[in-house]
Amino acid sequence: MASGDPLIEVTDLVKHFPIKSGLLIDREVDQVRAVDGISFNVASGQTLGLVGESGSGKSTACRAMLQLLKPTSGSVRFEGQEISGLSRREMRPLRRQMQMIFQDPYASLNPRKRVGQIVGSPLQLQGIASGAELRKQVQELLERVGLSSEHYDRYPHEFSGGQRQRIGIARAIALKPKLVVADEPVSALDVSIQAQIVNLLDDLQDELGLTYVFVAHDIGVVRHVSDRIAVMHDGKIVEEGNADQVCERPADPYTKKLLAAVPIPDPRESRARRQATLRSA
Amino acid sequence: MSEPLLSVEDLRVGFTTEGGRLQAVDGVSFGVAPGEVLAIVGESGSGKSVTAQTILGLTRSPNATIEGSVRLRGTELVDAGEAELRQVRGAQIGMVFQDPMTSLNPVYRVGGQIVEAIRAHGSDTSKEAARERAIELLDSVGIVDAERRVDDYPHEFSGGMRQRAMIAMALALEPEVLIADEPTTALDVTIQAQILRLLEGLNRERNLATILITHDLGVVAEVADRVLVMYAGRVVEEGALDEIFYDPQHPYTWGLLGSLSRIDRPRPHRLPQISGAPPSLISLPEGCAFRTRCPHEFAKCSQQPPLEAKLADGAGHADRCWLDLERKREKRQVGGRIGLEAPS
Repeated sequence: MASGDPLIEVTDLVKHFPIKSGLLIDREVDQVRAVDGISFNVASGQTLGLVGESGSGKSTACRAMLQLLKPTSGSVRFEGQEISGLSRREMRPLRRQMQMIFQDPYASLNPRKRVGQIVGSPLQLQGIASGAELRKQVQELLERVGLSSEHYDRYPHEFSGGQRQRIGIARAIALKPKLVVADEPVSALDVSIQAQIVNLLDDLQDELGLTYVFVAHDIGVVRHVSDRIAVMHDGKIVEEGNADQVCERPADPYTKKLLAAVPIPDPRESRARRQATLRSA
Repeated sequence: MSEPLLSVEDLRVGFTTEGGRLQAVDGVSFGVAPGEVLAIVGESGSGKSVTAQTILGLTRSPNATIEGSVRLRGTELVDAGEAELRQVRGAQIGMVFQDPMTSLNPVYRVGGQIVEAIRAHGSDTSKEAARERAIELLDSVGIVDAERRVDDYPHEFSGGMRQRAMIAMALALEPEVLIADEPTTALDVTIQAQILRLLEGLNRERNLATILITHDLGVVAEVADRVLVMYAGRVVEEGALDEIFYDPQHPYTWGLLGSLSRIDRPRPHRLPQISGAPPSLISLPEGCAFRTRCPHEFAKCSQQPPLEAKLADGAGHADRCWLDLERKREKRQVGGRIGLEAPS
């Protein structure tokens, strides 16, 4: 596929969760409209940043898009093929094309498995490699994400948060996916480690031609990695556009409010901004 | 600036663990005056939280060794008895923790928990009076309709409201010192901005001496007067807010400032990063603990640099680095900004 064509097209995606009540017979009394009709495209090789506060529906949107949650309605096309409503069996061959990186590197790696098994299991499950070949491929993956091939036989608890996130990234790229959805991949990490992981994701995108959907509440990080940004609020996308444009000239009032609340690590500018807010109030 | 209300002198906290002995806090000294906000900045394992908890005697345990001095209005707290400390906690030093979800008891009403805090220290306060006080406090931290919300359970409060309730509880006994350990880290940015304004307002109105512990330099820039940067249990740099941001002397501070992604500036092609990871406290490198990650390391760094004020104009601005002033001014410039040059 040529770079620039949409890899994934999401149209009017809806995910409602029922609120049930009643002792013997559950009656649906209301719905939580977690994702309430969102549409976006992500061009091949590009990064879409999805920002929003907790409860805005950004994680649910990703899960519904990847069919990890069954969407209530709407369409998701991957390379032109409709995937919304496909059965688990029908999804299986497509799964290797779309992978996920999770927020908490402490909770997303099985503590009883060695690093080699964690990173190698997707390759094994999809029948791509086994035995000595599997080991070789996994060791290459570990080196590619900045770990060492000697880490193969270690357990997750022997690693720091940043190294664990590298293991999660190695697992996600093992099958050479086209789409990687990263859900808050750096928010649990120390400041000095965040930049390392962001740069690693950047490098992998260039090397492997990956397409990213990058979900985070930190708009500064999102702006750095994204070509386009979509701002979510109450299950809807309130603004979508070029990353610099959304940050420098936001059009939607909620986006403006979100940007105004981001603390600026510069005392002089922070004082000037507070005085400006006082004057306008 | 008035005399410090709380002063910490050469505080050392060590723990014996299965993996060996570690020095979590290694010779930390500072003072906080009424009306002042002191920010302690650092990453996980830097010793910032252990320092705060030790002030309140919360790190005491059979495997902990605590040395040095913590004085509140001249009274020594490090060797104070448990009963004496109970009088200090809450009444003289209030504390707000990171996670308002886990620091409120889910099975008691919010108001009831504040009433309990008030009555635990002043048993002569009637239940009715304590309840009135709880309503006043909730109102003062910006809980709308406090009279009704006082009877809510914590789960009926949003995250921001819970943090407000925690602050109300910390202020219930009118302490002179407030310690806030990552008070906004678990909150959304719009709520974080509100809580920071609240803390700032309370600090001014009540003339509190505030210690703010955070990893977020954006938060520091918004509220702090003075800053302490900690790394591997030691203070590596301290100074007034503007000194730390505009004339930083320690390479670790340069790295922290340089690696931030800022929304108010054009984005760089690559984020400047600090290489490697913080060292294990059990096997710290000899000398400067940052030298294994520092691109400017030289022979002298294998000796521990002292925390010294080196600038002519800033007696309160000190750092632990062997580089001389001229070299620092040149080396901290990366692409026209302060940062840490990427190691080759």
